[in-house]
Order: sequence, then structure tokens, then C-alpha cells
Amino acid sequence: MCLGVPGRITARDGEMGTADFAGLRREVCLAYTPEAGVGDYVIVHVGFAISVLDEDEALRTLAVLRAIPGGLDEVSR
Amino acid sequence: MKYLDEYRDPVLARRLIGEIRAAARHRWSIMEVCGGQTHTIVRQGIDELIPVRMVHGPGCPVCVTPLATVDRALAIAARPEVIFTSFGDMLRVPGSGTDLLSAKARGADVRVVYSPLDAVRLAAANPGRQVVFFAVGFETTAPANAMAVLTAAREGLANFSVLVSHVLVPPAMSAIMESASVDAFLAAGHVCAVMGWTEYEPLAARYRVPIVVTGFEPLDLLEGILMVVRQLEEGRFEVENQYARAVRREGNTFARDALRRVFRVSGQTWRGIGDIPDSGLVLAPEFAAYDAALRFGVAGLSAREHPACIAGDILRGTSTPLDCPAYGTLCTPRRPLGAPMVSAEGTCAAYHNAGRVRQEAQEVLP
Repeated sequence: MCLGVPGRITARDGEMGTADFAGLRREVCLAYTPEAGVGDYVIVHVGFAISVLDEDEALRTLAVLRAIPGGLDEVSR
Repeated sequence: MKYLDEYRDPVLARRLIGEIRAAARHRWSIMEVCGGQTHTIVRQGIDELIPVRMVHGPGCPVCVTPLATVDRALAIAARPEVIFTSFGDMLRVPGSGTDLLSAKARGADVRVVYSPLDAVRLAAANPGRQVVFFAVGFETTAPANAMAVLTAAREGLANFSVLVSHVLVPPAMSAIMESASVDAFLAAGHVCAVMGWTEYEPLAARYRVPIVVTGFEPLDLLEGILMVVRQLEEGRFEVENQYARAVRREGNTFARDALRRVFRVSGQTWRGIGDIPDSGLVLAPEFAAYDAALRFGVAGLSAREHPACIAGDILRGTSTPLDCPAYGTLCTPRRPLGAPMVSAEGTCAAYHNAGRVRQEAQEVLP
């Protein structure tokens, strides 16, 4: 029910816009993300952008995950 | 897809599982509140790979919508002047006698919409009909439904109304902390994208439980679990944010402003759980004209549950679907007795779709 999907904004006209979801394009209400522009990624839930994705934070999370040392099973392969 | 695929890497998942196994020196119980997270955990078998007891919470708005509210929806949808609109996942939720999909098959004008704004457009396009939208959901969905009401008000659409059944997560977590024995919580990432996490800080302090705001992909869930386990092993009980790419401490202030304008906090009945104080939203007095329950005079309906269904214990995390004698026999996703078997995010449906069967049932299989 709280499913949210990341989409890339491809067009914006006031409170409404279009977002691209891996090739599928849909109309999105951008009223709650006034700071989001074309090229930004937003989390879309029931046709509404509820959050702008923060690229720096995403990279930081991935860096933490990638810093976890691998197990012996990975070394032996 | 960017922001999804990176969080599904099987090599990193195995490393995280190794970290959790190394960090957990006790068998902790962790509740994931959100049904979307339950679905991923059970489908990927995450709970079977780690030395932690995952307890599934009440975080499926479809599942906790009161039976009486479903009956009100059915009563409104049966009226000839009404176009009844809803998100798709409410259509198969059983009311006392039937469900919206069966009502549609018998001729009621029930339509699935993708966004609440689609329902507003239907009202504008059909001035001779009454368009009603079934406004269910957590804090994640409430801003979208608030915008539908604001848009209808701005456009002066007198033929649009909403049947509201909104539920709030923190009061339910508080109720669970009073009764159930879980050591920590994964807070629902998209609820927090709207609301932030300041509401959880007093809960973590009062009940001395770690709470980690967590995303929905397998690596998000594993990292959230690892962060919780580390807090538990170190004796900390703080609110931490695993889902930093989407959630800020204050949430989405624009969405929260819309909620404050359109709704008021009120007591709410949770299906299978009962009444929880201050755990729901109702329309604010200045938007009462858009309240479908008042407009169609169905506010007084009450209802009774099927006696075999243990949905309440499932939703509180005190039982699993495998404890229910009706699970997989009387009650299946095709013929659900109770709401947790209806939605893919319901705990019973998540178990059933993952092929989990009761011990007794396993023994009689060839």
C-alpha cells in the first residue's frame, strides 16, 4: 500500500509533471516536491512525488555496504 | 533502474547476512511494521537466513480497514447515482457479506483509479453522477488524498466526496509496545518520507527500544536489521535512519502542511486490533461537505468478523499465519476470510504466496 517507486522527472509544468520509470512514463503530481526539476529522481506513490532522492546519501549508503569485507567463499571463487 | 538495482546485489546481501550472524549474540525479536517490507522479507526468505526472529506488524492499511467501513463502501457503491472509485487492493477485501469486486460484477459502478486525482477528474467529467473515492492508507497516502479534496474544493465540485479510513503508524506502534514482546522496530520508510522520524524519538526513549527507519529493497532491510542488532547488542535505543536517500528528519513539510489543513487526528478502529486512541485521520470541519459517510447516511453501520479468522493476533504480531487452522484451507488468497489474506502485503498472503504451509498440512502431502 505504501509502495513507492523511484522515477526520473522528464517534464514539469507547475504542480504536475511527467516521470520516467525504466521506460514507462506517467503523469506525476509534484505539488509536494516544489524543489524538484527535470532530471531529478523522486519517490512516486499513487501518482504523487513524496520525496526527492538524495544522490549523495545514496552513494554514502552504497559505500558503507561495499566496505563490508567479503567472506571466504567469495575469495575462493 | 537507478535507485533499485544497486540495492538488490546478491553478493552484498550475503555479506550483510554474514555481518548480522556475527553481530547477533542473542536471539532478538524485531518487528517490521510495514506490509511492503513483510512481503520482501518473506518472498526473499530473509527471515530464514538470519538468527533473528522477524515479527510481522500491522502495516497494511488494506488489512486494518474496519469491516464496518468496508460495509459502508459497499452500501455507497450500491447506489445507482454513484461512481465508486478505489485503489485496486481494496476491491477484494471481504465485508460482512460481499466485496467491492463482487458488487461490481452485479452491476455497481466501481472503478479502480491509480491516483486520487483521477477520481476528481471523473467527478468533473460526470456532473450528473456522485463520485466517491475510498480514501484509505497510512501517512504515505494521506497527502495524495488530501490533495484530491483540496482540488475538488478549488474546482467547486459538489459531486465529489471521500470515504475516509486513514490510520497513523506511531500510535499503533505504541499500542504494540504496551502488549507485545518485541525488542526493536524497523520503521516504515515511506511513512517517514512524509512524516520524518521525530515522532519516534519519544517512543524509543519511553519503551527503551531501537527504531531504525528502513527502506524496501533487500539490502535496505538487511542493513536496517544489522543497525538494529548492533544497537541491541550495545544496549542503545535510538532512532536511526537507514533510508537516508529518501527520508529527512523533518519529513516532507509540504505534504505535512496539506495533512494539517484537510484532516484532524481522531480515534480509529483497526480491523482485528480494536480501538487505538489518536491513531486515525478524519476530515477537518471545514471539509465536512466532502465526507461520503455523512453525505450518504452510512456512518452508523456496524459489523461482525468471521469467527475462524485470527487476523487480530496476526496483526499484533502475537501469532503467525501458521498458527491459524483456517490458513490455506478455509482461507486462501482466492477466497480470503480475513484482510491479511487479501492484499499481497498482508502477512497471511505473503506466507501463502511464498509457499509456506502448516506442519500438519505438510505431513499429509504425498
